[in-house]
Amino acid sequence: MANIVIDRVRKSFGAFQALKEVSLTINDGEFVSLLGPSGCGKTTLLRIIAGLETASRGDIRIGDKSVIGLAPKDRGLAMVFQNYAVFPHMTVYENVAFGLRRQKADETRVKAQVAKAAGLLHIEQYLDRYPNKLSGGQRQRVAVARALAVEPKVLLMDEPLSNLDALLRLEMRTELKTVLQSAGTTTIYVTHDQTEAMGLSDRIAVMHGGIVEQVGSPVDVYNHPATRFVGGFIGNPPMNFIKVPVSNGKVVVGADHLPVPREAGAEVVLGLRGEAVELSSLPQGLEMKVRVAEPMGSHLLLTGSIHDQPVRVILPASETVKNGDTIGLKLDSQRITWLSPESGKSYSAEMA
Amino acid sequence: MTQNRPWTPYLLILPSVAFLALLFIVPLVQTLWLAVSSDGSPSLDNMQRMVADINFTNSLRNTFLLTLAVVPVQIAIALAMGTMVSKVGTGRETILWIWTIPLGISDLAAGLVWLSILQNTGYFNTILFSLGLIERQTGWLSYQTPVALFFAIAVAEIWRGTAIVMVIIVAGLNQVPKEFKEAAEIFGAGPWTRFRKITLPLIRPALQSALILRTVLAFEVFAVVYALGGRNFPVLVGEAYNWQNQNQNYGVAAAYAVLIMIISLSATLIYLKALKVDPERLP
Repeated sequence: MANIVIDRVRKSFGAFQALKEVSLTINDGEFVSLLGPSGCGKTTLLRIIAGLETASRGDIRIGDKSVIGLAPKDRGLAMVFQNYAVFPHMTVYENVAFGLRRQKADETRVKAQVAKAAGLLHIEQYLDRYPNKLSGGQRQRVAVARALAVEPKVLLMDEPLSNLDALLRLEMRTELKTVLQSAGTTTIYVTHDQTEAMGLSDRIAVMHGGIVEQVGSPVDVYNHPATRFVGGFIGNPPMNFIKVPVSNGKVVVGADHLPVPREAGAEVVLGLRGEAVELSSLPQGLEMKVRVAEPMGSHLLLTGSIHDQPVRVILPASETVKNGDTIGLKLDSQRITWLSPESGKSYSAEMA
Repeated sequence: MTQNRPWTPYLLILPSVAFLALLFIVPLVQTLWLAVSSDGSPSLDNMQRMVADINFTNSLRNTFLLTLAVVPVQIAIALAMGTMVSKVGTGRETILWIWTIPLGISDLAAGLVWLSILQNTGYFNTILFSLGLIERQTGWLSYQTPVALFFAIAVAEIWRGTAIVMVIIVAGLNQVPKEFKEAAEIFGAGPWTRFRKITLPLIRPALQSALILRTVLAFEVFAVVYALGGRNFPVLVGEAYNWQNQNQNYGVAAAYAVLIMIISLSATLIYLKALKVDPERLP
């Protein structure tokens, strides 16, 4: 067990700055996801922590000890790769035992640890097989078992579920959560899939363009995005951003006058989660022109515009709204995020 | 299309099959018959004459010694070259291009290159002389210096024939995803362990092809030996050549040819067996 401190890490590949200056602290036993679109630097950061890549600048400390210059094997970590990287010429048993054998563990310990890891991942019946005889999900279990068998201080996972089909991914996600919770290992999990990050993490670090845009709990990042990017990247549908005029420190929303942060200028961006609304009537509610109404079974998805700006909102499945309707919406004022139209940052994040 | 005219595929491959049959199978059968017949009837005369010849044991021993000395060194060098070049970023193509130059030279030309280096008035002696290491021209390639001659031929063969091994091995190394090496590194394997436990098993198919190709070619060594040592260093193909051209005895020459073929086939079978590649255990 160990905490991880990422201290002003930068990485350039030639003229390209993959990481612009990233600082992040991960507590002992915590599960933190690095979430972002491809090219945001999340995998580069993971590889720097692993020691497979060297940082151009900055420090990485694992358990309060700087690991800059240390070989991967001396950092006390294990890793699960996107394409499993399970050795095809070794049996599942030998794969899981690989790290232990390198540590020159005695045969009783190897046996015990392999049995334990295999039990956690339910691969006991495959131990004598070769990985090519296994499905993708089973191979990924082997990869996770191989990582857990060495009882690492830190577990790094690089998009471990992205090669699995949707159903299997959901199943493995739940299982990973159970397994990792019982192992209690400090885990850094790289993914571009926000539902994975939301479902698994204690905290999420949302990355974009080589920087960390926001770090917080899944609920926090979802409800209070620090930037427009975070709000747009997390959530399905993404957060709506509606530019509205400010008069006397207030914004007129239907019949309501909502106070905005003092720093706001003549205009402010209203960040609204699609489900933070309820159907009301006009003119009390905020007017929305519905272009398409899609009944999804569990809810009703409406695509249209507010103040001529595109929005997507979610209503209970019981509501009846048709294409082309004009409706009134009551906003949950507790769940509104006010953002600066210039910087794209939320005012609460700017003050912090 | 082809369902209507089932003979079309056969028609299309007929020329190549006929060509190969004509120029390969027919001479092969003829050679086999030549080797085991005398005056048109089956006989082991040619075999006996080959075995009884003064140069037979020598040429057999030399060919085997040369193969045993050259092939492992070539594999080792090619592995080293392939591993080194895989670490190189820019300039990789140029390095590979230079390394494969010997591939473009005929073996006789390669022999002559090394002859110009190692003959009495060659570059090697000139350098040794200018360094004051020798006082007069020294012969390296005569029957009086068999060890030096063996070394010279081995070095020339290694220089000439390593490139093809390297090409095959580089291709094999390129097939190994870098995640395997990274995973091994993360889980505590040093460079040597990674090479032995991960790389080597995963390039087995390439290794097998390279070994078969190089060993078969090594048993057929001739031109380099002929250029450097003439008949001072008898080898199997050289003997076949002499019986054919000098002695005009086609029967014994055929016997040598058949012997070389049997050795090559056996070597191939041994490699196929010993380095059995289970497709299930490949990436």
